[in-house]
Amino acid sequence: MDKIFNHRTLIALLIVFALVFPLIYADNRYVLHVMTIGFIFTISVYGMNIIAGFTGQLSLAHAGFFAIGAYSLGILTTRTEMNFWLALLLAVLITSAAGLLLGAIALRTKEHFFAIYTLIVGYLIYLLIDKWDGLTGGVRGLIGIPIPDPIGPLNFESATAMYYLVLFFLLLSIFIAVRIVRSLTGRTYIAIRNSEELAQTLGINTKVNKLVSFVISVAYAGLAGALYASLTRFIGPDVASTNMVFNFLMYLIVGGIGTLSGPLVGTMLFVWLEQFLRSYQEYHLLIFGPILVIMVIFFPTGIVGGFYRIKARLQQKKVPKDNKYFNPVPVKSTKK
Amino acid sequence: MAFIEVKGITKKFGGLIAVDNVDFEIEKGKITAIIGPNGAGKSTFFNLINGFHKPTSGSILFEGKDITKIPVHKGAHLGIARTFQTTHLFEQSTVIDNVIVGHRLRTKSNLFDAVFRTKREKDEENRAYEIAMESLEFVGMAHLANTQVSTITQEAKKRVAIALALATGPKVMFLDEPAAGINPEETDGLAQLMKKIAASGITVCTIEHKMQMIMGMADKIMVLNQGAKIAEGTPDEIKNNPVVIEAYLGGEAIAEVN
Ligand SMILES: Nc1ncnc2c1ncn2[C@@H]1O[C@H](COP(=O)(O)OP(=O)(O)OP(=O)(O)O)[C@@H](O)[C@H]1O
Ligand SMILES: [Mg+2]
Repeated sequence: MDKIFNHRTLIALLIVFALVFPLIYADNRYVLHVMTIGFIFTISVYGMNIIAGFTGQLSLAHAGFFAIGAYSLGILTTRTEMNFWLALLLAVLITSAAGLLLGAIALRTKEHFFAIYTLIVGYLIYLLIDKWDGLTGGVRGLIGIPIPDPIGPLNFESATAMYYLVLFFLLLSIFIAVRIVRSLTGRTYIAIRNSEELAQTLGINTKVNKLVSFVISVAYAGLAGALYASLTRFIGPDVASTNMVFNFLMYLIVGGIGTLSGPLVGTMLFVWLEQFLRSYQEYHLLIFGPILVIMVIFFPTGIVGGFYRIKARLQQKKVPKDNKYFNPVPVKSTKK
Repeated sequence: MAFIEVKGITKKFGGLIAVDNVDFEIEKGKITAIIGPNGAGKSTFFNLINGFHKPTSGSILFEGKDITKIPVHKGAHLGIARTFQTTHLFEQSTVIDNVIVGHRLRTKSNLFDAVFRTKREKDEENRAYEIAMESLEFVGMAHLANTQVSTITQEAKKRVAIALALATGPKVMFLDEPAAGINPEETDGLAQLMKKIAASGITVCTIEHKMQMIMGMADKIMVLNQGAKIAEGTPDEIKNNPVVIEAYLGGEAIAEVN
């Protein structure tokens, strides 16, 4: 059982499922659209996980950066009629630059001060978007954001094509996140989360490392925001709202903060739960609230963390082999 | 040139003088101990050398280089390692994963290497793993490499914390009460380990409350009391120093040592 359902086969199955999903729902644009939005949010939550889950700095400005990505793409494509792909690249770069600037200031604070500070930064971004009519369209928002320009024979007019495009970016995002976390750089971030004092004593420049991981996390938000703008083709200031950032946080915590698959699990769970509970409208918070509370108390590392914990207990081993925080030692060396 | 030279160092926290105008030299390859009652300023003294605190006045020279104002991580690069009074290990992770990052400061792999998993990244990961294993072997904890830290004993944690400090490739190690909270037999073992570290060429400087351990191990002792250095010398000199006896050791403690 363990051998058949090891990590690799599970990942392969998931990818195959994601690839054939549009064929199953070929006649249901709505389902595809929800899934695509879910993927976009997942990308954003992976970014949040890098700074909050691995480096241990809870940033609540994430929706603000998501919005910067969305508006950068929206403004560049509608106002200047720039090529979509160039605009996408610029959107990520603009968001990263904003992250570098704001992060350098915000990271002077620590722990809950950092959380509160970034919450305020996020709100200021929201206000800026809401009030700067001339640039952002204010409360009316930006309309008519184009779909991606065709690449050779590939065009993105259908929901299916958009789905695959976003899926590509999702897989790329996850791949990069996994590579980063399972590297010496990732170990550096985790060491900072564990104890900043100890990390410094070990010769780690915590300032620089926190800032770099903040910028990476923000770049994810920017990419997700830009894709979101192009998918929905209309954006308003509410993409930067605190509601949005607390949604991201909820997905992350329930899925498993500081785990590699947590963002995917949490986001997908909530995006679909929200669809099933749509008819209850506001009342869905009545269900989400208790879920969140229960998770935080009993499964502080979310579904994924809890899964590993139970698995480890069942195996009666002291250490889970698929340790949720660290990769096992390099394959080559373990043989010794 | 002294290996480490502390000149007239003072640290004030508001009105409190935690370290009061201390002059001190640490000799290369030796075991130096700092003793003194609770709140004497021992940990603060370490924090000053280590760079966590900037002194109110005075200076610190390391191999002749002024390190008074350098940030903590730069000190580590120069070869200054330390452990904390309470180990800061990551409990939910394995011993080896805790120690591997100790070699990080000697590696160059960056984000690019991480994403593309370059040869440099792989080589350095392997190297970091080897160094970590060697350090664990050195402290006698290699058999616990794959055990979760939360499940090992207090003594093992202390040893792992030392292994982590060793993995940074230090010239000098500052150990803040390595034997606190462990039993007498284990204390002997730790004293042996410190001698082994010194014998391997790494200078050891330790804070300790356990007199017997210190007296049998240290080459030189400094006694702090209310922030001020009240004595320094060999264990024998300290044992017979009237100021120390009066201010700190007291009649009973001396009896215990002898
Ligand atoms: N960051 C700080 N801010 C304010 N006061 C401090 C700080 N660090 C230490 N102190 C004070 O400085 C004095 C010396 O503390 P220190 O921790 O250096 O003592 P110590 O000799 O290590 O004691 P112990 O044996 O209990 O570890 C104490 O009175 C302590 O309360
Ligand atoms: Mg102390």
